[in-house]
Amino acid sequence: MEQFLQQIINGLSLGSIYALIALGYTMVYGIIKLINFAHGDIYMIGAYVGFVCITYLSLGFVPALIIAMAVCALLGFIIEKIAYKPLRNATRIAALITAIGVSLFLEYSTMFVAKPDVRTYPAVLPDKSYTLFGGVRLSFKQICLFAVTIVLMILLQYIVRRTKMGKAMRAVSMDQDAAQLMGINVNSVISFTFAIGSALAGAAGILVGIYYNTINPLMGIIPGLKAFVAAVFGGIGIIPGALIGGFSIGIIETLVSGYGSSLYKDAVAFAILILILIVKPSGLLGKNTREKV
Amino acid sequence: MLEIKNIDVYYGVIHALKDISLTVSQGEIVTLIGANGAGKTTTLRTISGLIKPANGRVDFNGERIKGTSAKDIVKKGLSHVPEGRRVFPEMTVFENLELGAYLRKDKKGIKDDLDRVYASFPILQKRSRQNAGTLSGGEQQMLAIGRALMSRPKLLLMDEPSMGLAPLLVKEIFSIIRQINEQGTTILLVEQNANMALSIAHRAYVIETGSIVLEGTGKELAQSEEIKKAYLGG
Repeated sequence: MEQFLQQIINGLSLGSIYALIALGYTMVYGIIKLINFAHGDIYMIGAYVGFVCITYLSLGFVPALIIAMAVCALLGFIIEKIAYKPLRNATRIAALITAIGVSLFLEYSTMFVAKPDVRTYPAVLPDKSYTLFGGVRLSFKQICLFAVTIVLMILLQYIVRRTKMGKAMRAVSMDQDAAQLMGINVNSVISFTFAIGSALAGAAGILVGIYYNTINPLMGIIPGLKAFVAAVFGGIGIIPGALIGGFSIGIIETLVSGYGSSLYKDAVAFAILILILIVKPSGLLGKNTREKV
Repeated sequence: MLEIKNIDVYYGVIHALKDISLTVSQGEIVTLIGANGAGKTTTLRTISGLIKPANGRVDFNGERIKGTSAKDIVKKGLSHVPEGRRVFPEMTVFENLELGAYLRKDKKGIKDDLDRVYASFPILQKRSRQNAGTLSGGEQQMLAIGRALMSRPKLLLMDEPSMGLAPLLVKEIFSIIRQINEQGTTILLVEQNANMALSIAHRAYVIETGSIVLEGTGKELAQSEEIKKAYLGG
């Protein structure tokens, strides 16, 4: 029981990371039906920006987090303008291939600039941990991870539900033409969506650096793919789905490593993807679309 | 108020609109009737900036609006009720109406218009917290019209508001259209239900495979033998 609870806590920590990345996937998909495969690399860039802020600029955790999010938001904005916007009316496969190109570009430019070496994240948060009921350990880093994730999710929910831009985002994701007829500028809504999604990935990047201590230029590939699985699991295009998917994949993965073997954890994540695509392709919260005439 | 001159629209190699010209004057209800695929919807989408015509002119209140973005056209006072209603299904009725006023900043005016829409369509007020996707077809049509009115348009484009509605509802929708017009909004109405459309229109155009083939007052066209045969069922 104790081990189980411990695994759940670890799973929730990992799941927070996946959930933050999955949100960006799902939001971008919801708006332009593009699987942005470069999204995992934006998360990697976030980790590097955080690394630079903490190591070279000696900033604390919160300023580093904010800067990483801002840089990633800007990066997402620029990538959309340069790489995806010209393909807005092209086939979906063209945009998808471009996304893979952007992904490789980000990975290898980072490798060129920052060297391929694994970097060790400086200890910016105290390495304390607390023993809870029944001997379950909760580290200070995990608490910060949860806190940041929860704050960001509430913020996102507020933006999407309450602000004018958020309402415009939902309108564009439901019906682009009708949104234009309301006077919504679809291009700026798309840019905004990329910026927000990328900022969340950037936050995930710096959090993972702090939590696992090491980063490298290719670190975005596997978590990116798993976050994609998480988004599909919850129902791609649906924001709460990305949260549920992220936490589920995180917990399943730690349980598999804890009780089985960590060698199988990636296989299990992708087996889940295959299973969902067979059983319920629209995802946990997805609905089959229907039209009223 | 609205003047379209010699518009051509192509979808790839298909010549969808051929040299279309039409005018709508202040205060009128003008209807554009024609069969499926004749180019009615394309004409409206061209006016509201969703489609760019290959050539020709679109003037609204003396300003050229061809090539202007859909957003700026809404800002100039032109609102479009699209075919098939196109309400935002996963948003509440209230949020849909709110989006209709997306470009406006005058909170007081928006509130007044919201009250006005609720007064014209009491059912919308009753359902204001319900998702638009759960409304019936007729209610969705009322919402689509209400939403378009929330931008306080000078000219309202309406695309097949009677589509898929029961005859009684069709009557109601048409009487609403007339009311909106009487309150000072000019209307360009696209319809397949030629009978109803001609009965409320001041003037009418008939479109066939991308060209305007006839025009006249609503009365004239309703009595024309040609129209009776082709569109009015005898």
